[in-house]
Amino acid sequence: MAATATGIHHRTYVSELRLRATRSEYFRLGLLTVLLLVLPFVLDNYWLSQVNLILIAVIGAVGLNILVGYTGQISLGQGGFMAVGAYSSAIFADRIGLPTPLAIIGAVLLSAAVGTFFGLPGLRLKGLYLAIATLASQMIIEFVIRRWSWLTEGQGYVNVDRFEVFGFKVGARAVFEQQWYWILLILAALTVISARNLFRTGLGRSFMAVRDQDIAAEAIGVNVARVKLTAFAISSGFVGLAGALTAHYSEVVSWEKFTLDVSILYLAMIIVGGLGSIAGAVYGAIFMTLLPEVIRQVANAMSSSLPFLTDQLPAVRNATFGLVIILFLIIEPRGLDRIWQRMKEYIRFWPFRY
Amino acid sequence: MLTRSYKHSLRGGHLPAGEALLDIEEATLRFGGVTALSEVSFRVTEGDIHAVIGPNGAGKSSLLNCISGLYHPQEGRIRLHTADEAGSRHEHALTSLAPHRIARLGVARSFQNIELFHAMSVLDNLMLGRHIHMRHSVMQSMLWFGPARRQEIAHRQLVEEVIDLLQLQAVRTKPVGSLAYGVQKRVELGRALCLQPSLLLLDEPMAGMNAEEKEDMARYILDVNELAKVSVVLIEHDMNVVMDISHRVSVLDFGVLIADGTPAEVMAEPAVIEAYLGAEDEGAIHV
Repeated sequence: MAATATGIHHRTYVSELRLRATRSEYFRLGLLTVLLLVLPFVLDNYWLSQVNLILIAVIGAVGLNILVGYTGQISLGQGGFMAVGAYSSAIFADRIGLPTPLAIIGAVLLSAAVGTFFGLPGLRLKGLYLAIATLASQMIIEFVIRRWSWLTEGQGYVNVDRFEVFGFKVGARAVFEQQWYWILLILAALTVISARNLFRTGLGRSFMAVRDQDIAAEAIGVNVARVKLTAFAISSGFVGLAGALTAHYSEVVSWEKFTLDVSILYLAMIIVGGLGSIAGAVYGAIFMTLLPEVIRQVANAMSSSLPFLTDQLPAVRNATFGLVIILFLIIEPRGLDRIWQRMKEYIRFWPFRY
Repeated sequence: MLTRSYKHSLRGGHLPAGEALLDIEEATLRFGGVTALSEVSFRVTEGDIHAVIGPNGAGKSSLLNCISGLYHPQEGRIRLHTADEAGSRHEHALTSLAPHRIARLGVARSFQNIELFHAMSVLDNLMLGRHIHMRHSVMQSMLWFGPARRQEIAHRQLVEEVIDLLQLQAVRTKPVGSLAYGVQKRVELGRALCLQPSLLLLDEPMAGMNAEEKEDMARYILDVNELAKVSVVLIEHDMNVVMDISHRVSVLDFGVLIADGTPAEVMAEPAVIEAYLGAEDEGAIHV
């Protein structure tokens, strides 16, 4: 491999297939690793809890982007599939008494199965029509978790025991966030890496083929129906994992956490981050999780001059969310990932424009 | 011309040249009240370039879509003959198969309006042509190291040979959507070749090209046929090209087969002259 002024020239297929080619890319990866390793020691518990929420959102957003960004199947059922993961993991662990890792694996498999089932309309429907069909799945799952009293034993919510894995139990308040950080970081990293891997193999390419030209995909031998259902299964598996982790992390499961708002929030994440990009899903998850926090801080800081900001915080928050999505769609539809790429290009070509 | 020997054969089947490859028997296709194909029958022989010509709306593309399974004719049969390595023959009724199953039998095609995966690179488009020859396990794909990576590299070698054959080296990593029209047509031919087809269906591969690009494309098709020994069914409007490179020609007019034979036979057919030039014209097709 040689990185010269004319570009990157690979000498073997193995080096071309690597996710990182240049020294600066490895340097950035190292920098990121160091940052992630010191993060829990410099942040206080409150900000660490925000980071933990981001890590869960990363898993969910990567899962959704596999389906929406890479396979072109618009889904509004995100909240529902997360609910399946959360409720099933909670019930497997606490009512059936499975060890937590097994409960989470069970929840992932069940979410994948439910996702595949609700993906069946995708065999006939495309675009907006599929969005409406997945909206139906969101409504159906939401209805079930609200009304099926067996799930919550009539309480309306499920309590989840403190997370425990192979005899290690997450500790009390002081170390709770920090220990969760490591668990979530490992799982989020595994999610991102396996999604990156997926899209440098034939299976991932067939997803993109179905997104770009489904007739041509069929003509080269891609079983479009099977690919769509596989995409629904993989995507809902990751989304179910995010749901299960939400359950174990917050230690209580109730339907309010998995409404249509959640589906739209996750769609916003991948639109803002960049459709069809794993890194984009990560950026979007960070951006959309931190945005309400930033809005809150700004509102607090300006409460003396503009008191209505703090009084009407939920409304201001929703309005800002909407504004951000609109701005991204107008200015950079390919999201934060594209902005990052353009910045890198700008630096690389400086002082020339291109 | 091939400048060096390649490791992989681009031809998928093992049928000896001269045997019947594709039998179209009384194929009739209707869209509501419109009859796109009416009892069309002809045979494609292994090893041939078989041209299908006819005026606009004659049903040429419909016929190709019937062969590749995108349309299902209401009546008639389309049978594909294949032979395995041991030499035993198999017969497949294409009329009842889904397009992806037909592709797995070795029928590859290009489209009249380029149907490439525009956001992806030339390389990815060609690698997608290898889809039917690859194994796709979810777990192995997500783990990457091991079988998934070995498979990517193994199939890349054949793809590189196709890139070399079609002289696509310079655009290998470019997104297909950014390429010139003529190059996109070539990429589409390449993607079909990556399937290692036993039958290659080309729907107007030279439409919208200038004379030079047409000559290039004709050369590529001849290379594919003569050197890689792939049988080709070709739809084309340019008579010069058709008469030049094809072994047999079938002529459709308003969904009816009006002539079928060698280029010379077809050119002499009065019905063909009438379809192309109108009745009472004494001239022949200008070649």
